[in-house]
Amino acid sequence: MNRSEREAAVRQIMERAVPRMPPELHADVVRRGSRMLRRRTLARRLLWLLLFAAVVGFTVWAVTVQPWVEPPSETTPPLTDW
Amino acid sequence: MRARHAAEGARRAREFEAFVAGAGGRLLHAATLLTAEAPDDNPRARRLLTLVLAHTYACWGRLHGEDPYNHARQHLATRFAHGAWHQYGTLTRTRPTGALARLTPQERLILVLRLYEGVAEEQVAALLGLPSERVHTICDRATATLLHPPRKRPAAVVGAKAATS
Repeated sequence: MNRSEREAAVRQIMERAVPRMPPELHADVVRRGSRMLRRRTLARRLLWLLLFAAVVGFTVWAVTVQPWVEPPSETTPPLTDW
Repeated sequence: MRARHAAEGARRAREFEAFVAGAGGRLLHAATLLTAEAPDDNPRARRLLTLVLAHTYACWGRLHGEDPYNHARQHLATRFAHGAWHQYGTLTRTRPTGALARLTPQERLILVLRLYEGVAEEQVAALLGLPSERVHTICDRATATLLHPPRKRPAAVVGAKAATS
C-alpha cells in the first residue's frame, strides 16, 4: 500500500461522518464578534485619550517649570564689595 | 457619510453571512475532527468554531483581499494548538468517540491540516513552528496509527478500505 493510497484511506475515514451545522451559530458568532469589535474600539479610544492626556500634562508641566532655563546659582555668594 | 457607513456595514454583514453559510460546515467538520468528538455531540468543537468565526468577523474589514477561509483556518489551528494541552487533552482521553480519537492532539492537528484541508507541508510547518521533516514524520506516524491500530478494529478499517479502493 503506497503513500497516496494510505492518504486516501485516511481522508475517507475523516470524511465519513459529517456534523450538522447548529442553526444558532451565525447569530452567536455575530454577537461575540461585535462585542469583540466594541471592546477593541473602546480600548483604542482609551489609549488615544491616555496619550492625549499625557501630551497635555507634559506641555503644561514644561511651560510652568521651564526646565531648559538655567537655574540661578546657589553655591557662589553674590559679589558685592571689592 | 452616516448613510454610506450603514450601507457598508450591511454589505459586510451580508458577505459574512454568506461566508459562514458556505464555509461553516467544513470548518465545523474540521473542528470536530480536531477535538475528536462524535459528529452529533460536539460542544467543544462548536465553541472553538464560534470563537474562531467571531475573530474572523472582527477582522472582516481588515482582511484586504486575503482569503477569509484561510484566515479562519489558520486561527482555528493556532487556537487549537494553544488550547489543546491544558484544555482538551485530559477530557478527550476519557471520552474517545470521534474518528481520530486514538491520536494525540498534535497528530490530529497535523493530519487534519495536511489531509483533510490539503495544506502544504511547508505551510503547516510554518504555522506550527516545526521543521517540515517533523511534520512529515508526525503525519506518517498518525496515518499508520489510524490505519493499523495497535489492538482494536483493524479488520473493519482495512476491509472498508479494500472494498472501496
